[in-house]
Amino acid sequence: MEDIEIRVARRKRMDGIFAILGLVSTFVGMLTLAALIVDLAIAGSERLTQTFFTSFPSRFPDQAGILSAWVGTTLVMLVTAASAVPLGVAAGVYLEEYAPGNWLTALIEINIANLAGVPSIVYGLMALGLFVYQFRLGQSILSAGLTLALLILPIVIVATRESVRAVPGSMREAAYALGATKWQTVRDHVLPYSTGGILTGVIIALSRAIGETAPLITIGALTFIAFLPGPPLGAEFPFVSFEWLMSPFTVMPIQMFNWTSRPQHAFHLNAAAAGLVLMVMTLIMNGIAIYLRYRFRKRIRW
Amino acid sequence: MVEAAGVKPAVENRSQITNPIIQVLDLSVYYGVTRALRSINLEIPEKKVTALIGPSGCGKTTLLRSLNRMNDLIQNVRTMGSIKLDGKDIYAPSTDVINLRRRVGMIFQKWNPFPKSIYENVVYGLRIVGINNRSQLDETVEKNLKRAALWDEVKDNLHKSASDLSGGQQQRLCIARALAVEPEVLLMDEPCSALDPISTAKIEELIHELKESFTIVIVTHNMQQAARVSDYTAFFYLGELVEFGETSKIFTAPDKQQTEDYITGRFG
Repeated sequence: MEDIEIRVARRKRMDGIFAILGLVSTFVGMLTLAALIVDLAIAGSERLTQTFFTSFPSRFPDQAGILSAWVGTTLVMLVTAASAVPLGVAAGVYLEEYAPGNWLTALIEINIANLAGVPSIVYGLMALGLFVYQFRLGQSILSAGLTLALLILPIVIVATRESVRAVPGSMREAAYALGATKWQTVRDHVLPYSTGGILTGVIIALSRAIGETAPLITIGALTFIAFLPGPPLGAEFPFVSFEWLMSPFTVMPIQMFNWTSRPQHAFHLNAAAAGLVLMVMTLIMNGIAIYLRYRFRKRIRW
Repeated sequence: MVEAAGVKPAVENRSQITNPIIQVLDLSVYYGVTRALRSINLEIPEKKVTALIGPSGCGKTTLLRSLNRMNDLIQNVRTMGSIKLDGKDIYAPSTDVINLRRRVGMIFQKWNPFPKSIYENVVYGLRIVGINNRSQLDETVEKNLKRAALWDEVKDNLHKSASDLSGGQQQRLCIARALAVEPEVLLMDEPCSALDPISTAKIEELIHELKESFTIVIVTHNMQQAARVSDYTAFFYLGELVEFGETSKIFTAPDKQQTEDYITGRFG
């Protein structure tokens, strides 16, 4: 009898030990991130003034700012979103709703899964050859946006497919039984009911793209830019201008990389401050994703 | 309809039907290599209720879904033979499936209103053909919610979400939505199997009223329901049509022993 009690006690102890181990493992990741944020905040906080956001880079660390970097990042993200979202959503919807279940579809699916795993530098090399030289788009915001769009395309496609698949088949049957065409079913039901999931996927993909550095360096992003791209709106006809698309650019992570590689300690503080800003940008995007998911899930009940 | 003497074999029962709207001719349906329906011949009379009964897996739902080609949506389904609606083969290459489904509406086992307002659910069938005239839509909503015996319960909340309704109300909303496209035939796939007795009674009452204007084909697992609502009954077993005839006859003096065994609850 006593023997069994000892065994039970030992097993309970094992249970407790694992609970502690699990907790510690969880905290390793959490603490590392927290320490990183705190470290960045302490180092960079004093540089986070208004002029930091409105100044161009400078060779004097206390006068240097991230104006060209955050404007560049924003514009590149705009191009990325504008090209990756329509392509990715269309491809995802096609694969789920239209594609016949044959070997070609299976092959495409496997390839998309593989594309998601291709290192970003490889996309950079491809973009250098294709966009910069072949299409003569130059080392521009357009090239950068398209490169990152290709990079996140598989993520958008996979997110779209998963959201589309989550729409109950009974909704499609209801629409088809009323004489709806496939496109009407997709437009009126499948897409509206999966918008929350698709948007979440898109934002998570964009928050991956926002931190990418390697492919942009490959296509020739500059590290020192003391001017802004042309304004998208003008006073004279035709009022809108796309000149900014062809403008050279820099982005936040490249600006950071540039500052950390300098010997002066004061530049490292700038890098920390820029890192903090970039992190906040990413967290805000993730926050928006969570909010959108909540909003759309609340609106749609089956 | 002349009541036949209870001695005629099932196949000859077909000749009693003077006004078939649907003729199923030598229909076989395969899922991959599995044969779900074996050479079915059946005539469905116009403006009557025809019940399809039989144990699970006997092919009655497969037949129902063949009648408006919903089976097309499933991969690996092969259909042989033909089904004629008003004398025209719906499996002919020239058939417009979209148009067919507007003529042959469907109610599903699990109610499936769109997560939109009650109003938008009813008018969806009109919107997709480009009817957006407000007064016409309003009229359709009222007419069909009344037909589906739901108007009095929802008339003040037409713009409320359909998912706020009870299960029975949602199923009646689906009926109103199907009726709004003015189909000739209404297919019902176990429309009450997930409803409580009161909601079931309402829908059965509705079926009685609807057969004035529509042909109804209903799949049911509930023998009493088949006996209550239908004029004709077809009994299926293992993909074959065992017996078809007037409901009163099938339930009182079936020709086949198998039919009697199933109806009296000896198997299935």
